[in-house]
Order: sequence, then structure tokens, then C-alpha cells
Amino acid sequence: MIEVRNIYKSYGAKTVLQDVSLTMEKGKLTSLIGGNGAGKSTLLSIVSRLIPADRGEVFIDGRSLKEYHSSELAKKLSFLKQSNHTNLRLTVRDLVSFGRFPHSQGRLTPSDWEIVDRAIESMELEEMQHKYLDQLSGGQKQRAFIAMVVAQDTDYILLDEPLNNLDMKHSVQIMKLLRRLVEESGKGIVVVMHDINFASTYSDHIVAFKEGRILYDGMTDDVIEPNILREVFGLDIQIGHVCNQRVCVYFASNAWPS
Amino acid sequence: MKATIADVEAAPTTSSSIVITDKVKLAGLALLAVALIAVFMLIQAQGMWEFVLPRRAVKILAMVLAGASIAASTVIFQSVTNNRILTPSIIGVDSLYVLIQTAIVFFLGSMHPIVLSPSLNFLVAVGVMILFSLIMHRLFFTELKSNIYVLLLMGIIFGTLFQSLSSFLSVLIDPNEFLVVQRRMFASFNQVKTELLTLSYAAAAATALYLSRYARFLDVLALGKEHAINLGVDHHRVVRGLLVSVFILISISTALVGPITFLGLIVANVAYEMLSTYRRLPLIGAAILVSIVALVGGQLIVERVFSFSTTLSVIINFIGGIYFLYLLLKERSA
Repeated sequence: MIEVRNIYKSYGAKTVLQDVSLTMEKGKLTSLIGGNGAGKSTLLSIVSRLIPADRGEVFIDGRSLKEYHSSELAKKLSFLKQSNHTNLRLTVRDLVSFGRFPHSQGRLTPSDWEIVDRAIESMELEEMQHKYLDQLSGGQKQRAFIAMVVAQDTDYILLDEPLNNLDMKHSVQIMKLLRRLVEESGKGIVVVMHDINFASTYSDHIVAFKEGRILYDGMTDDVIEPNILREVFGLDIQIGHVCNQRVCVYFASNAWPS
Repeated sequence: MKATIADVEAAPTTSSSIVITDKVKLAGLALLAVALIAVFMLIQAQGMWEFVLPRRAVKILAMVLAGASIAASTVIFQSVTNNRILTPSIIGVDSLYVLIQTAIVFFLGSMHPIVLSPSLNFLVAVGVMILFSLIMHRLFFTELKSNIYVLLLMGIIFGTLFQSLSSFLSVLIDPNEFLVVQRRMFASFNQVKTELLTLSYAAAAATALYLSRYARFLDVLALGKEHAINLGVDHHRVVRGLLVSVFILISISTALVGPITFLGLIVANVAYEMLSTYRRLPLIGAAILVSIVALVGGQLIVERVFSFSTTLSVIINFIGGIYFLYLLLKERSA
């Protein structure tokens, strides 16, 4: 379980997070939603030890983040930022094999390579695994980075807008893979999401941010409600039921001239 | 599924064939380096072996160590900063060493033990350099959040500042004392002190031992800061250790040959272009070998073709610069 307790963070005079507390569990897919600058990515960066919080603490499986050794934490928690770049000239397979570094310190065993192969397969990257990253499109690159995190095989996976750059088919493929990791391997996955329909369809738990505070925190069906979403996004959102799913229509069609 | 099996089978052969061409290239470089060293040792000896061999051996030992230090420190520095243009020399690390030497003579006079004894001098200078590496780590990697443009700007400004301060101090000191500084700083390979050489090798061995603790992190660091943290590298501590080693290695090479601005940039990039691997250890090996080839070959040209009418750094910057341009143009047309 990841517990975030009373986190505060500000950049200069601008407060980004104010007294944020929440828990994210193993075996659940948690989506963080909210407008730009609501503090979702900052919270993810604090939990993944990229930036320090001004106040407050993060506990992972009951132990404070500060008590973990960096190499130990890398076997428990992995993260991926929204834009990923490397100056190294790597093939997809090289990149994915980096995911095994916390476990093997760069000397990969046959079982490490097996995990790398499975991660490559899960992202449907087999055919381009020997291509260099700079020969790939943005979406293919994004999938290669996700495969690296999958190969890292940690209990918790934090992803900042993983669907950035991806087409519909691969977005769905990734969300299905994340669901499978949650259900079959019991992983705790936290995702920053901009597409409310992906959040509504694939997550167990939704946390809605606005202006550095948590506005709502609850089961998906409880949060996907018109009045809640209006408050979070400042938009009138119609919710329809299609194939047993809640689908949000936010294109303001009711404002169109009739 | 069929494709998967084929790929898995293809994988080891592709990756090992890459390794084989890299190994051939590394072996070729090593052979070239040894051949050049042999030529340097044996050419035009005219039978005066007892006289010629020890003197040339000292030169070779100095060149090998200086070349290796510059090459290794550049590749390490570029792995830490995730770029292939900045080098310790470009941001003025070797100018700092020159400034320390000038300041020592300026403030203590040329008869002070720290100036007279090469070992004491070297140890004091390296101590100050380590102090500066810690300041730089604190300033750049903690306060300024590793912004590469800030480092570039800061480095170039500090490099120029150090150089200007050195020349300012040299203008002020007594001309005789200035000669002492000059001899120390432009110590070409023609006057290497054996005492300094032994000490430099000891310092380099100690640094290599210290570096071996961090070697496995280099590939991951080169992937980028955030990825390195994700993969469990204690970024703060590892980068600090690596920076300290980079400053020590630059001190060693500057003490032996004086500043050679572009050698590090050239040999590191030649290594990146030559080998197909991203792995840092073979790249460091290749850069060291290219560096030795450049120094020994360059010194041969200086001594035998130009009979000392030009300097080694001119040759290196000229040939290296042309080769570097060729690589860039080849890259663009590919």
C-alpha cells in the first residue's frame, strides 16, 4: 500500500500541493484526474522520489520513503514520466533490458532475458526489438519505455500519462495490459489520466485533483458523476451508459446551436 | 508467435556479431597504439640504446597516462551530464588546475616547498581540485537541478575567468617566478619529472580503484537522470563520486602535459562513432586507446616531421578537428 500523508509542495510563491493525503492499494488501478496544473504529476514525482516534498511523508508498505535504500526501492516501485527521452543510441531490446538493472545490476541472467522477452511481447514490439529508438515513432518509443517498466516487475507502477502519443488501438492495448497486471499479478498501478473515458473504463479507484487539493477520492462509479466532474473540470459533462460502461461526453454538444 | 521465436533466435547472433566487430575494432586500436609506441621507442636510435630508451620510456609513460586520464574523465563526465559535447576541459576544469598552480607561485613565491617539490605540489593542487569538484556538485547538481544549459554557461564563464585570472596573476609576478609557472604548466613531454610520473600513476591507480565501485552505474546514468533514479541509482552520491574522480584525472593529465582542450572531446566522440555499443566500459577503453594513438602519433609527427617547430596540441587539434568534421558530415549524409 502506498500512503501519502499531508503532503505540501510549492515552487516559489506558487503552491502546487496543499495537504494531500491518500492511499493507493495493491491489486488496484488508481487514476489521478484533474485539469492542467492541478498537482497530479507533482504528487507522482514526490511518491517516486524525483522531487522532495516540503512537508508530509510517503509510506510504502508501511515504511517511510526516506528509509528505503534507492536500489531496494527500485525493486518495489517504478515510474515513467510523460515525456521520455534518452541521448543513448539504444535498440528497443537494450532499453527494455535496462528494466532488469535493479535485479541484476547490469549482468542479466537467462531468466532476466525471459522477462525482457515477455515485456517486449506484451507491448507487441517483437518485430522492432532490434531497431534503434531514434528510428521509431513517438508512440512506438512510448511503448518501448512502458515495456522497460513492465520488465522492472515492481509491486507498484506509477505512470504519468502513459497514453501520451499513442493511437486508440495501442491505448486500449496498454490499458488492457495494465488491467492484466493488476488482476493477475496483483500490482498496484497509479496512472495520471487525461482521457476521462479511459479512467472511467479501466480504473478501480479515481482521485480527482483541483488546484493542489484532492476534491474527490472514491470508487470509479462514485466519482464518474456529472456534478462531481463539473466541479473538477469546470465542464458540463453528459454521462451515458454504453455496453455497461459509463461514457462521458464532454464536447459540450448541448451548447451547439440547434 | 512464429515471428517471436525467430526473433528470439536471431537476438543472440545479432548482438554477439555486434560485439565481435567492436572487439575487432578495439583489438585493432590496441595494435595501432602498441605499434606507434614501438616506433616511438625505436626510431632513429642510432645504437645509443642506454641513452635513448629510458628517456623515451618516460615520455611514453607520461603520454599513456595523460591520454588515458583525459579520455576516461571525458566519457565519464559525458555519461553524467547526458551529452556528448561538454567535456571537463570545455567547462574549464583544466584551467582551474592552471589557476591553482599560478596562485600557489603568486602567493607563496617560487622557493616555497609547495612549489619546489613536485609531489607536494601535486598533492596540494589535487586537494584543492577535489574541494572544487564538491562545490561544483553542490552548486550544479543540487541547487540548479542539473540544467545542462546552465552548466554550459557557468562552465564557459568560469573557464574564461580562471584563464584570465591566471594570466592576470602571471603578469603581476616577477618574470623569474613566471618562468617557474610556465615550466610547470606547459610541461610538454620533453621534460617530464620521474618523481611526478610515479606519483601520477599511484594517483591514477587509486582513482581507478575508487571508480570501480561506480562503474556499473555508468550505463544507467547515461540513460538520463530520472531513469537512473527509477532504476535504483543513488544519483546524488554516485554523481558526486564520479565528479571527484573526473577532477582528479584532469589534474593528473594537466600536471603531465598541460591543458589540451579538444583532445577529450575528439577521442570520446571518435569512440562513440567507432563502436556500435552504448556500453560505457568498452567506450572508455576505445577512447583511451584513441587518445594514446593521438598523443603518441602526434608527438612522433612533432619530433620527426616538424622537428619540434610546432606543438603537440596544434597537431592534435588540427587532425582531430578534421576527423571530427568528417564524422559529422558522414552522419548527416547517412
